[in-house]
Amino acid sequence: MTQAPDLPLWAAILTAFFLLAGSLITAIGSFGLVRLKNFYERVHAPTLGTTLGAGGVLIASMICFSVLKGRPVVHEVLIALFLTITTPVTLMLLGRAALYRDRTEQQPDIPRDFD
Amino acid sequence: MNAQLILALAITASQLILGFAMACATWRVIVGPRAQDRVLGLDTLYVNSMLLLITFGIQTGRTLYFEAALVIGMLGFTGTVALAKFLMRGEVIE
Repeated sequence: MTQAPDLPLWAAILTAFFLLAGSLITAIGSFGLVRLKNFYERVHAPTLGTTLGAGGVLIASMICFSVLKGRPVVHEVLIALFLTITTPVTLMLLGRAALYRDRTEQQPDIPRDFD
Repeated sequence: MNAQLILALAITASQLILGFAMACATWRVIVGPRAQDRVLGLDTLYVNSMLLLITFGIQTGRTLYFEAALVIGMLGFTGTVALAKFLMRGEVIE
């Protein structure tokens, strides 16, 4: 359970800080998914986890592996780049699909049309 | 308090926190009143599981988990887009 790589103290503190910050922010975003009332409010909550939360955890991983290997290891940038590109696309598609479904079924309290 | 103990406690704590986040997302997948809420919960679930895999990678010091996380990210994106397309049009490939 308590297994960890052998890092110098400064690297261990930096990694621990970024890990805890990233996972806490992700948990706040996921908890917003439970708490918020409306779908159009809920669709904003997980983006906290995909941007800042994932960023924290990935920076922690980069620091840890760079210190372990003794050279800069930045392949986590791939995941960060991919998440940054794909999250807006998926959430926009999902929001438009939800809006289309709600409008065809004449649901109450859908977002106002600004046209 | 040596460095390894600090890091081990922080990794275990962040794994527990990410597990709580995955539980929240699973609750939304199960309860979610409409189909779009379930898809949103699934999207959150795969991002959280990807972050959990990265913390396992930090814990063991292997890069194997990074590749698994990359695969989860790509397949999760494809799955969410396909589900959103299905909700919009009623079919995935037209």
